[in-house]
Amino acid sequence: MAKPKIATTSLAGCFGCHMSILDIDERILQLVELIDFDKSPINDIKEFTGECLVGIVEGGCANEENVRVLQDFRKHCKILVSLGDCAINGGLPAMRNTISLKECLDEAYLNGPSVHNPSGRIPNDPEIPLLLDKVYPCHEVVKVDYYLPGCPPTADTIWQTLVALLSDKPIDLPYELVKYD
Amino acid sequence: MSEHTITFEIDGVEVRASHGQTVMVAADVAGIYIPRLCAFDGLPPYGSCRVCTVKINGRFQSACTQPVAEGIIVENETEELLEFRRNIIDMLFVEGNHFCMFCEKSGNCELQALAYRFGIAAPKYPYMFPADRNVDASHKDIFIDHNRCILCARCVRASRDLDGKNVFQFVGRGPGKRIAVNAQAKLVDTNIDVSDKAVEVCPVGAILKKHVGFTIPIGQRKYDHEPIGADIEANKQ
Repeated sequence: MAKPKIATTSLAGCFGCHMSILDIDERILQLVELIDFDKSPINDIKEFTGECLVGIVEGGCANEENVRVLQDFRKHCKILVSLGDCAINGGLPAMRNTISLKECLDEAYLNGPSVHNPSGRIPNDPEIPLLLDKVYPCHEVVKVDYYLPGCPPTADTIWQTLVALLSDKPIDLPYELVKYD
Repeated sequence: MSEHTITFEIDGVEVRASHGQTVMVAADVAGIYIPRLCAFDGLPPYGSCRVCTVKINGRFQSACTQPVAEGIIVENETEELLEFRRNIIDMLFVEGNHFCMFCEKSGNCELQALAYRFGIAAPKYPYMFPADRNVDASHKDIFIDHNRCILCARCVRASRDLDGKNVFQFVGRGPGKRIAVNAQAKLVDTNIDVSDKAVEVCPVGAILKKHVGFTIPIGQRKYDHEPIGADIEANKQ
């Protein structure tokens, strides 16, 4: 029987949650016995090659590309997991949600104290994904099946969740492993 | 403690209490934890957060304000009440801007600890991200971050009843309600002091002392290993 596949991505995140995935240390050898990685920064596969059992999403949606990737994950993954505070509530990027987008861009490209921008233009190349009006948690864009809070969630949290999902058991994390920081 | 003269029941367990005690205090003594946010030992009951809502003889009451009475039947840990409380915590999280990942109170925060206790991984309501909350950092030792305020009125009561100062009061109504300081302008213009009880009692990271942030390492904070209420449940006979 072919091994089940796992896909991971970082949307508007800092890759800290992916670092935490790598923090499972030598257990990653056990993991690759059980699963194959599909689209993921861990193996640098850029596009889905087929259906996955689990999709792990770090980060919220800050731009249109994040939304497209997230929708792609929902389409290809049987189980979608929001990994970390940014995926769950927007996290640090969502600090801009209390400020209008125009104000943010003006501060970043025109008015900020360290800005050097003689052209006075705000980047608007079609290659650059358009920013959304605010940063959205993943579950406000697509249906999410499981949430692992934390900044980042600990390696044990991620490991125990993956083991439960792969062995089709309920996820029953101890008190210490579900934290918001 | 005066002699026990009243007997009643919480979730089928017989509890003895004295006249004039509230259901919450009697439960605490008996080692039964009723979750709470606005209630605080030493402050007069307020009954605003509704997290301590129990059912007494079939009717919803706040345990922090309701006095005990002979023979009452109190429901506490029922599925209905747990969901009710979980919803309140959910709503408080989406109503403000609660960024636990960089909050100095994280690990010692009662709102966060209740979410942990109730097993909330993500709120079920959409985030509001209110834009009208500011930070008053004018005082040299204390700051107020309105993003995190849950309007529990602990600071209002502590300043008035324990510090004898009346530094804080509510202004506005409904969704516009917020904590204000008793001064023309800012916190620095009040007579608040860093040693005031009003600074200590904030359950969240809304009123914090400066210069002492993140002094307790992760793993040694109040709610890192034990859920909120575990100290009360340890009293159980």
